[in-house]
Amino acid sequence: MFTVIDDGTPHEVDASVDGDRVLLSPAALADLGWELHPEGLCRDGLCVPVPEDAGLEGPRGIDLAAFARVLDRPLALDTEERAAYLGVSAGERARVLGSLVAPDFTLPDLSGRPHRLSDHRGKKALLVAYASW
Amino acid sequence: MWQGVYEELKDRGFVVITVALDKSAEDARPWIEAAKPAHPSLIDTRHVLADLYGVVNVPTILWIDERGRIVRPNDVAFGADTFRQLTGLDSSIHLAALRAWVRGERPAFAADEVRGQQALPTAADQQARAEFGLGQWLFERGRPDAAARHFERGGALAPHDFTIRRGTMPMRGIDPMGPEFRAMLVEWTQAGKPYYRPLADTAGKN
Repeated sequence: MFTVIDDGTPHEVDASVDGDRVLLSPAALADLGWELHPEGLCRDGLCVPVPEDAGLEGPRGIDLAAFARVLDRPLALDTEERAAYLGVSAGERARVLGSLVAPDFTLPDLSGRPHRLSDHRGKKALLVAYASW
Repeated sequence: MWQGVYEELKDRGFVVITVALDKSAEDARPWIEAAKPAHPSLIDTRHVLADLYGVVNVPTILWIDERGRIVRPNDVAFGADTFRQLTGLDSSIHLAALRAWVRGERPAFAADEVRGQQALPTAADQQARAEFGLGQWLFERGRPDAAARHFERGGALAPHDFTIRRGTMPMRGIDPMGPEFRAMLVEWTQAGKPYYRPLADTAGKN
């Protein structure tokens, strides 16, 4: 098994490690919410075309790094630890921030109770990121 | 630190939401228990907020209006002058602007002014966040040495991102107030790069 953390959510998937490459089984791709069709990599009826030279598919599976490149998403990989983190692209972050719609989030307080930013809609909000360091 | 201005303005349709980018709730607990905030005071060990808003250092503040739109992009401001000697930043400048906005005496930035002052994340920034995300996951699973490799890689990819370079020091066994931090700060500032980058109107300089 191999852990792919998809924007914060870990998925245990079927994959093999070959040197510095990680090869996903078709089931692993489905576990991540994607299917490979002639149109490209598809999810919820929307397909991302796969360039011919993407190196996505091989006899032993789907190359995780190529998968991330096709989706234009950053990938941090640790084959020794059998884990990878699939982040969000700069383009997607820039698009949302540039729209000026404040990205919503839910985070816990000290007692573990979740709070959602959008619950404060209708008020002016000062959002402060700080740390003990 | 922000409890005072929250109490002062909360009856005018205003809320403060503070978010601690710490490795655990326990790291943030003493600060929160001392401040006794009546406003939401949240913990973000996985830097969800940092990723969504492109936060690269603390403190970072934003203003969000009643419709949920960003009307002041990432800025540096303190709620009090506790660290003024270190930072050179006068907290009263931002507090005055904040009061004027909340009371409706002065509008916040217009949309084009907000966009003009946003520093949008680059591909390297997002690669660094992925390295942080993997490192954080490994750290939580008791793999600090493996985690440190990814934290260091993230810091190298985004050297201006102190939520990674400094924020991961406690997970790498490094004192974030100690000599390694000071050396990093000296190197950074001697290269002509400011550690804090307040927006022009709150920088307190002409």
